[in-house]
Amino acid sequence: MTKSVDADIFAYAVALGDDGLIHGQRLAEWVSRAPTLEEELAIANVALDHIGRARLFYARALEAGDDGRSEDDLAYRRDADAFTNLTIFELPRGDFAVAVARQFLTDAFNVPFLEALAGSRDPGLAAIAEKAIKESTYHLRRSRDWVLRLGDGTAESRARMQQALDTTWAHCGELFEPFAAEERLRAGGVAVDRAALEGPWRATVDTTLRDATLTVPNTPPAAYRGRSGRHTPHLEPLLVDMQVLQSAYPGQHW
Amino acid sequence: MSEPMPLFEVFIRSKRGLDHRHVGSLHAEDAQQALEYARDTYTRRSEGISIWVVRSSDIVASQESDSASFYDPQDDKPYRHATFYKVPDDVSNL
Repeated sequence: MTKSVDADIFAYAVALGDDGLIHGQRLAEWVSRAPTLEEELAIANVALDHIGRARLFYARALEAGDDGRSEDDLAYRRDADAFTNLTIFELPRGDFAVAVARQFLTDAFNVPFLEALAGSRDPGLAAIAEKAIKESTYHLRRSRDWVLRLGDGTAESRARMQQALDTTWAHCGELFEPFAAEERLRAGGVAVDRAALEGPWRATVDTTLRDATLTVPNTPPAAYRGRSGRHTPHLEPLLVDMQVLQSAYPGQHW
Repeated sequence: MSEPMPLFEVFIRSKRGLDHRHVGSLHAEDAQQALEYARDTYTRRSEGISIWVVRSSDIVASQESDSASFYDPQDDKPYRHATFYKVPDDVSNL
């Protein structure tokens, strides 16, 4: 592999790792706040799946671009503008319907995305996808189930589910926008053509929302672009919370 | 939540060839959700390969007051117990 390909793989893997880490952290915020004990355990499992995925992507990134940093450095010692996660993951925890909307809209993307990534020419990325796809298949089963329950539930649950979809929808466009390094890797068969996934994603979303008696939102896209570090104001407080231990006691470990 | 969700009993088969065993219970809206919660609550450390869930209210249980007529008559019939057989060393799950 040439040096520039390695630099691209570093950026790509860090971006995918950031998606997992920030989503995992938002989900972890539900611990002690979930509607039932059973749901809390289930959400915590999903959170750990995403954080586990982040670690694997960070490890692959550091193989490609070993600059002396560790996984912890990437997670705990970067500021908001250095994170490249998609902004849908950093949106505030919100009510339970927001957690469901975010989970469903991104699971419906992750399943075809990981299926495609499993065919990557990079064996490291392909192996991560192979493992993650089983997790995401289960996540989608769960989140789809909740969209149906809330959408086709009471008047209040339906209104909240619709509201949650309408607000998160503005950040879904980013799911299908590749960044420069990703474009180059795609040409080399390493990265996934995420723009091509909009069709299959829309099909899953349309069917589910129809079955849930919900309306497909037409919220205009937000101006934020997480991949270029243009984050919402919500990422910074999340990082302050997540990084508090390493800020107070630098280098501390278990 | 207006009324509490129904209770389900969870049974897990830990490996092929063994029986499903009762591992606990949980609350869920319906059987489908109970199955998913059972997966997340009771199999997160690879405890199982198959899950059964059943509404607790569907279980018919013997009563304490029946115990004299149900169980006491067996106490003096040791010939029904298979205690005279030696279990071969290779048989681990009997």
